[in-house]
Amino acid sequence: MSIFKKIMTAIRGGASEVGESIIDSNATRIFEQEIRDAENHLTKAKRDLTGVMAEQMSANREVDRLSKEVTEHEGYAVQALEKGDETLALAVAEKISTLESDLATQQQARDSFTGNAERLKELVRKSERQIVEHKRQLSMVKTTESVQKATSAITDNFSSSNSKLLSAKDSLERIKAKQQKFDDKMKAAEMLESENSDNSLAAQLKSAGIGAQSSNASSVLDRIKAKQKS
Amino acid sequence: MNIHTIADHLNTLADNSTTGLCFDCQPISGEVDILQISIVGREELPVFISVTDDQILCITYLWGIEEVKKDSLIQMHESMLEMNIPMPLSSFSKIGDKYVVFGALSINSTFEDIEHELAVLSNNAIEVIDDMGDYLV
Repeated sequence: MSIFKKIMTAIRGGASEVGESIIDSNATRIFEQEIRDAENHLTKAKRDLTGVMAEQMSANREVDRLSKEVTEHEGYAVQALEKGDETLALAVAEKISTLESDLATQQQARDSFTGNAERLKELVRKSERQIVEHKRQLSMVKTTESVQKATSAITDNFSSSNSKLLSAKDSLERIKAKQQKFDDKMKAAEMLESENSDNSLAAQLKSAGIGAQSSNASSVLDRIKAKQKS
Repeated sequence: MNIHTIADHLNTLADNSTTGLCFDCQPISGEVDILQISIVGREELPVFISVTDDQILCITYLWGIEEVKKDSLIQMHESMLEMNIPMPLSSFSKIGDKYVVFGALSINSTFEDIEHELAVLSNNAIEVIDDMGDYLV
């Protein structure tokens, strides 16, 4: 059964009993142990791989050395033949034969190390992928569990603080009302601000003698004098 | 990153948050530690944060199954599924008999990421209740 299905079944089955752990904590522990085991195996595989790769390099060096020596001795054999020393040439040929058999053994060893290294590398890659996948699954299980516990804590908190949960629509109404109130306040503040600036403009105009002038005693007197004259 | 460092950060922000929202944090202790975050002016829709091994979960409760009109359930589910992708950063879920919106963040998120997440989640929650109002009693 896939992890998704397991979680779904667990949620469906346990939905009626809020607060009850839906996933067997023992199973989680076993799973965590499995991941740790896999990680240990991986560490070991990597160590083995290092060893095999070291052997591979050493075999490589040996193959190079033997090949060089074979070539070298072939040169000696030719020189001996040129000098007409058949016996010496034969001795060199014997040496070459030994070298070649050593070379064959080393080549075989090198090929076997190379094969082993490849296999171990593939194993390491596979284990790494598997561990990542297991960790993802464990995280899903743990998250489900944690959300479930969190929900029960939140529910407990609400019932203990005696605060009744509002319906979604009532909550929205309240929030909107608060927002409206805030907006109204802002608007009122803005209006007040603009009124103030209107006033200050009018005052400036007045002091500059522009616009309607308020009557004062001297202007009233002037008006009366003008009437008398007429 | 744990709920206490998050609470410290949000509480010291006060009015200086980049999101324009003012957060008030209160830890709830239990088997799993939770941070209840009230947003000034939106106290009715708190956000709950819990931190697990690899992620930070932010959840807001929307409504209970009992608030859904009897013959609207399927339509409401469809609308929620359709809105799930367009809705920025948050997703719908159901915990027990309650519908929720939630956002999950990496445990390596910055405080700014968390602050942004909370603001978006809160805005989404308000908008969703408004939009889904027809299906609710």
